[in-house]
Amino acid sequence: MRRITRPSQIKPSEITPEAIFMDRRKVLKSAVAAGLLPGTLTQAAQIPSDGEFTNVREWPESVSEEPNSWEDITSYNNYYEFGTGKEDPARNAHTLVTDPWSVEVTGEADNTGTFTLEDILAPHTLEDRIYRFRCVEAWSMIVPWVGFSFGDLLKRFAPNSNAKYVQMFTLNDPDQMPGVRRRTLEWPYREGLTIAEAMHPLTLLTVGVYGRVLPNQNGAPLRLIVPWKYGFKSIKSIVRLHFTDRQPRTSWNMSQPREYGFYSNVNPNVDHPRWSQASERRLGSSLFSSRIPTPMFNGYAEEVAELYRDLDLVRNF
Amino acid sequence: MTRTQRVLTKTLVFGACIAPFVLVLLRAFGIAGLSLGANPIAELIDTLGKTALNILLVTLAVSPLRRLTKWNALVVYRRMLGLFSFFYLILHFTAYAVLDLRLAWSTILVDVTQRPYTVAGMLALLLMIPLAITSTRGFQRRLKRNWSRIHMSTYVVGVLAVTHYVWQTRLDLLEPLIYAAIVTILLGERLVRRLVRLARQPGKLNKRESHRGDAEHRHQVPTVPEKTRPVTMR
Repeated sequence: MRRITRPSQIKPSEITPEAIFMDRRKVLKSAVAAGLLPGTLTQAAQIPSDGEFTNVREWPESVSEEPNSWEDITSYNNYYEFGTGKEDPARNAHTLVTDPWSVEVTGEADNTGTFTLEDILAPHTLEDRIYRFRCVEAWSMIVPWVGFSFGDLLKRFAPNSNAKYVQMFTLNDPDQMPGVRRRTLEWPYREGLTIAEAMHPLTLLTVGVYGRVLPNQNGAPLRLIVPWKYGFKSIKSIVRLHFTDRQPRTSWNMSQPREYGFYSNVNPNVDHPRWSQASERRLGSSLFSSRIPTPMFNGYAEEVAELYRDLDLVRNF
Repeated sequence: MTRTQRVLTKTLVFGACIAPFVLVLLRAFGIAGLSLGANPIAELIDTLGKTALNILLVTLAVSPLRRLTKWNALVVYRRMLGLFSFFYLILHFTAYAVLDLRLAWSTILVDVTQRPYTVAGMLALLLMIPLAITSTRGFQRRLKRNWSRIHMSTYVVGVLAVTHYVWQTRLDLLEPLIYAAIVTILLGERLVRRLVRLARQPGKLNKRESHRGDAEHRHQVPTVPEKTRPVTMR
C-alpha cells in the first residue's frame, strides 16, 4: 500500500506529528469512503526504517476525545529503569537498544521458543487505536497507539489448557538501563494478566504512537496496552512471555502489596490507600480546568465488565 | 553589622527567597521557553511545597549555624526566612485547593481530616499561622519568654512537613528521606544541647532530693540561677 500522506496539504508550520497523524486519518477515511483502498492490507507489518508506519488500519472504536500532544505523551513517563522522575525516561532512554529485538516464549504452550520482532509482527495488521490511558497516580491522557490485538499473537503460540495466566517481563539490563542499578522495583519488571484479559480484543500489543515507532521512553520496541487497567499494567519493552497456571507475581505488587493488586482495574470506588481514585487530572487541559470523574474500567465497562462479573473488585483490587 | 550592611544583605536574602516564585511564574506563563511540563498543576503544587520546605530548613538552620560560626547577626534573617516559608506554604495550599480541587470543599475536608499525608500537611499549615502572626517585634516584646515557647512549634512544623512529603511519595523515598535526615540533624542538635545543659546542672536534675534534705544540705548543693536571656537567643 502506498504512503497516504500529502505533505503539500500541510502548511510548514503545522508539520507536527499531531498534524501529520490527523491529516492522514482524514485522508484515509475519505479514501476508504471513495472506495480507493482495498478492504484488507496485504503488506507484512514491520517496524519501518524511517520511523513512520504506512500500512495502518483505522480502528472504528477509538475514543472521540482529542489525543494529547506528542510532547506530553513522550515527555511525561513512568519508566523507572531510566529514573524515577517523570522526565527522566525521555532524557535517559536513548541508551536502550531496540534493534535487534526478540521475545522468549515459555511455559504452558505448544509453540514456545525465541522469536524475533520481525517474526512476531509479520502476519498481523497494525491499527491506529486511540485509547484512554489512566495512571494510578490519578492523571490520564488520550493516546493514539499503533498495534494489534495481543490475543492474535498469543494464539500463534498455542497455549494449552493449563495456561490460565500470561506473565510478561521487561528487559533488565544495567548497561542499557541506569535505573535498574537501584532496587526501586523488583527487576526485571514483570506483569501478568489472566488468559481472558490477555486474549481480550482491547488488549493491544503496541509498536507505535501517533503513527510513528514508539520512542524508547514509551516502552520501545514492543509494549502492551491494557486500557481498562492502571497504566503500570501496560508493561514496556517486552522480552519474555510466560504462560502459567498460577497467578503470576507483578513488580508493583511485590514492592507494595497493600497498594497494588493483581487486577488493578480502574475503579473510582476503590481508593488507593493513600489517595483517592474517584477523579483524575486529564493532562493537556488548561491550568484552570477541573479534574474529571474517573469512569469505571476507564470507560471500557461495556467491553470488559463481563470478565469480572463474579469477582469481588474490592478484595481483588 | 552596620545599617547599610544589614539592608544590603537582607535585600539579597529577600531576592534569593523571591526568586523561586518568579521562576514559577515564568514557567507557568511559558516565558523564555520555560514550562511546568505535561502536568502543570501537580508540578506547581510540588514546586511550591518543596520551596516552602527548603526555606523552612534554612530557617531551622539559622540558630545552629549561628552557634557554630558565632555570627550572631544571622538572626536578623530568620524572620524573613520564616515568613517566606509561610508564603510558599500558603501558595502551595492555594494551588492545591483552588487549581487542583477547584474549591470542592467536601473533597478538601475529606483530604485534610482523613488522608494521612494531607492531614499532616494541614496540621503543619495550621501551626504556622500563629507563628506568622506573632513574628513581629511587637509580639516578641509583649510575649517575652512565651514567644520562644510558641516559636518552638517550628520544630513540629518541620517534622510534619517531612512526614507529609514521605507519606505522599509513590515509591522513591531517596529525596524525602534526605530531607528527614536534615530535619533530624537540625532538631537533634537542639535536643543534644538541651540534654547536655541539663546534665551540667546537677541541682536541676536532683531538685527533688535537694529539697527533701535539711537547710544545710540545701546550702551544699549549688543552685545555678536561671540566666535571663533575651528572647532572640535561641
